[in-house]
Amino acid sequence: MNEALLRELVPAVIGVLVRRGADFAEAEDAVQDAMVEAVRVWPDDMPQDPKGWLVTVAWRKFLDAARADTSRRRREVRVETEPSPGPGEAADDTLQLYFLCAHPSLTPASAVALTLRAVGGLTTRQIAQAYLVPEATMAQRISRAKRTVSDVRFNQRGDVATVLRVLYLVFNEGYSGDVDLAAEAIRLTRQLAAKTHHEEVAGLLALMLLHHARRAARTGPDGRLVPLAEQDRSLWDTRLIAEGVDVLQAALMRDRLGEFQAQAAVAALHADARTAAETDWVQIVEWYDELVRLTGNPVARLNRAVAVGEADGPRAGLAALAELDPSLPRYTAAAAYLHERDGDPATAARLYAQAARSAPNLPERDHLTRQAARLNAQLRT
Amino acid sequence: MAKYLLLKHYRGAPAPANDVPMEQWTPEELTAHVQYMQDFISRLEGSGEFVDSQGLSQEGTFVRYGGEGRPPVTDGPFAETKDLIAGWIAIDVESRERAFELAGELSAAPGAGGKPIYEWLEVRPFLTEAPTVTE
Repeated sequence: MNEALLRELVPAVIGVLVRRGADFAEAEDAVQDAMVEAVRVWPDDMPQDPKGWLVTVAWRKFLDAARADTSRRRREVRVETEPSPGPGEAADDTLQLYFLCAHPSLTPASAVALTLRAVGGLTTRQIAQAYLVPEATMAQRISRAKRTVSDVRFNQRGDVATVLRVLYLVFNEGYSGDVDLAAEAIRLTRQLAAKTHHEEVAGLLALMLLHHARRAARTGPDGRLVPLAEQDRSLWDTRLIAEGVDVLQAALMRDRLGEFQAQAAVAALHADARTAAETDWVQIVEWYDELVRLTGNPVARLNRAVAVGEADGPRAGLAALAELDPSLPRYTAAAAYLHERDGDPATAARLYAQAARSAPNLPERDHLTRQAARLNAQLRT
Repeated sequence: MAKYLLLKHYRGAPAPANDVPMEQWTPEELTAHVQYMQDFISRLEGSGEFVDSQGLSQEGTFVRYGGEGRPPVTDGPFAETKDLIAGWIAIDVESRERAFELAGELSAAPGAGGKPIYEWLEVRPFLTEAPTVTE
């Protein structure tokens, strides 16, 4: 039973049902029902044409549901009064589905849940497990999200930037339970990149590949965080790095720079260094300058200050940091790092301890606490 | 989304404005209070923000390691001197502001005289926000 294949087919099948006149929420429900049946039937009796099979079964499920509810009349009137959509490519339907699931009227969390279900083909239970909430809670979020977009016309043009933000959110959720959300986000972004030639889609795909390539080195066997400079570079996935760099170069050639391409360029420069000491920090600062210019994002400014500290020395880094708002996330941790490099372990230890108290997650808190403890032990001897 | 724990303290928090002990409420007031909490949780379930909710016994005992080969040391129950937790509601919400808003709503549960109890709730974020990749 090829679950990956099954999930691959979901958005196209939903697209077919919608084109035949089902509304999005109904199509989505019907396809989920058909998937449950496929999981049951396929291991013993794999169809010749899996997509055709899914369309047939999902359409039957949809008709069953439609017969049972009063919305049928409503739908018939609507289908009657609206011009029927043209033949259209199945691939376009899938693209529409991405836009619909990332619609600006949805909260980010709802958009993520709906994307994982309708485009990714994950079950509500899998999504709930990945986000550590009860299945009933996730079911509510999804059905509310479906209601929110039910009046959006399926052929309405969406905003690629919103779709990319949703996919990046999924990627950053990382990994838990039996669903690897980072891998899922890469799969969906690949799918999207195959359907549209938007340079930022390629930029995001490159960024994800380059980050993902370093994942095995990012945490120690005990789950502790390993900072970039200390990572075992032989654990980096060179195949993914090569692919990420190729995708990025092709995107940069089109000379329409965007946020994700610039971030991917930074990641590529890190991936390119055989040792931490060989990192081309001067070029990294230049890319952060581009990022700041493109987005004005305070997190980009913070990262830029740290990069300046590497390129021009910790004093320059601290000076760049001093221009920023100290309440920024990770500001204190960055200050601690730069003070240590500047030869002031006492200040660094105090700032690391302070940063640990406001860390947003356990691995990061433990990492910062350990940094403070290491410096304090040094100071005592 | 970020998860928050709304902690209900029996004591340990400042005294609420409507500080009549529960056993002195009328049965109707108690029923209204319980109903309010149930409605609150149903609304959270409906909005997709509910994670978990549990009540805890008032009987709490502090326990610690008693030393090599010795039984654990227990302390209490001395409910009158300890900071005790009455129960919790865990939520998963878009923002810290939303968590505060919900805590405020929960704090307004009716108590003696049908007036809000102004209960103090401790709002604490879970350390589960995914680590973002930074370099």
